[in-house]
Amino acid sequence: MSKIIQEIQKGRVLVSDGAWGTFLQQKGLQPGECPEEWNISRPDDVFGIAQSYVDAGADMIETNSFGGSYFKLKNYGLEGRVFEINKAAAEISRKAAGTDRFVLGSVGPTGKLLIMEEVTEGELYNAFKEQSIALEAGGADAIVIETMTDLEEARIAVKAARENTRCEVICTMTFDKIIGGEYRTMMGISPTEMTEALVEAGAKVIGANCGNGIADMIGIVKEIRLVNATVPILIHANAGMPHYHDGVTTFPESPDDMAARVKEIVEAGANIIGGCCGTTPDHICEVRHVVKSL
Amino acid sequence: MNELLTKLAECVEFGKINLASPYPPQMKGQEGADEITRQALEEGINPQDILSLGLMPGMERIGVKFRENKVFVPQVLMSAKAMSTAMIHLKPHFLSGAAKQKGTFIIGTVLGDLHDIGKNLVAMMVEGNGYKVIDLGTDVGSDKFIAALKENPGAVVGLSALLTTTMASMEKITKEIKDALPEALVTIGGAPVNKEFCSKIGADNYSPDPQGVVEFLNTKIA
Repeated sequence: MSKIIQEIQKGRVLVSDGAWGTFLQQKGLQPGECPEEWNISRPDDVFGIAQSYVDAGADMIETNSFGGSYFKLKNYGLEGRVFEINKAAAEISRKAAGTDRFVLGSVGPTGKLLIMEEVTEGELYNAFKEQSIALEAGGADAIVIETMTDLEEARIAVKAARENTRCEVICTMTFDKIIGGEYRTMMGISPTEMTEALVEAGAKVIGANCGNGIADMIGIVKEIRLVNATVPILIHANAGMPHYHDGVTTFPESPDDMAARVKEIVEAGANIIGGCCGTTPDHICEVRHVVKSL
Repeated sequence: MNELLTKLAECVEFGKINLASPYPPQMKGQEGADEITRQALEEGINPQDILSLGLMPGMERIGVKFRENKVFVPQVLMSAKAMSTAMIHLKPHFLSGAAKQKGTFIIGTVLGDLHDIGKNLVAMMVEGNGYKVIDLGTDVGSDKFIAALKENPGAVVGLSALLTTTMASMEKITKEIKDALPEALVTIGGAPVNKEFCSKIGADNYSPDPQGVVEFLNTKIA
């Protein structure tokens, strides 16, 4: 099977999958429950999510391993099962993806801050290394390091995945639009700073995920393209900011809302489009339709 | 005003912890909050003034800059570190009664939610503005909040949540606190929370940033 970047070099626009976390909640994941533990205890439910994105027409499927690092699993006393849980995550998505779709092993932030000395660079490196190796062992083609806000942590994760696996390494950060209209992560990193640092660290694909809906992503893609004309860009956009009402959380952007922006975001320079929190197989299906027509 | 206190306020505002700290670059090689606080105490400056005229103005300035998106989380964390370094020297004076904190703030991330960065930011900012802070950690249920309130009459409670799924938990905890202690004041915050949700669940205040919590406490306690 070819690599993701080879497909992009052919001029293809690829479609990624949609939300996992909010999808697991729909299937009954409770607050306080470990989502990644479902890879062991409820693999059929996890497979169902992966399969629904295959059916929706995604070219690549993520894994249920966003919080699968040593530090995140430690919150549930599962830190001794990092390999088992992440390998299972990749195997489940591989089974759904078959041989003609890519599997992206999801790696999220540890929640530990280097600046507060809650963790050392070495400890972070080892945690990302352990998780990446397990995802590769379960059949991941790429590692997608996502929802990053601290550039140092992102850089360490990219390095750990690159030096210890043969997977393509993708890294996306989460930006907010600040008062002046610019984009910054919670830790103050701009898309420009991210691009320079992550390309240098060896990420093959960079981009943004989560955030405040697909419209803001267009501005982020434009900023990345201003500083780097060629690096492949992946966007996993939220279906807007969540609204909570009487115990029910809804996301404002419909599949049509998302699809309506796809042409613009591709023209801005994005190469891979998918969803984050609140997006569903219907969103991905609509994105697929637009991409097919481009 | 005393020059040391002006310098101390600057150390807190810019996150200068001590002489050895390389951060911020423009203050490299200068004394930090650690040395200056010690010096101020040695010179006989009232511990209360060190808190009120040194640490608090610095904390307030960084809080306002954070709200205005002029600085981001790392700068606030460095300020908080500088502040807490100074507080180590002041703690004995709080215990002896030579200096008084404005009141007590109890904070925790609600049951089912393990995220603590936002909660920690608020806790540090509130402490730096002259309050005693009781941090109950993450995944905290109403029983712990109520017990802490009973031990600290008049304290205000802060509830934090990052996940939309734990907003229901925030609602339940607010209700249980109000049922047990109708006088208790509850302020809420976190990415998915807003003003509308606050009034719906019967909380007393919503703040999108730590400085807003400080301002709420200043109107209710100080």
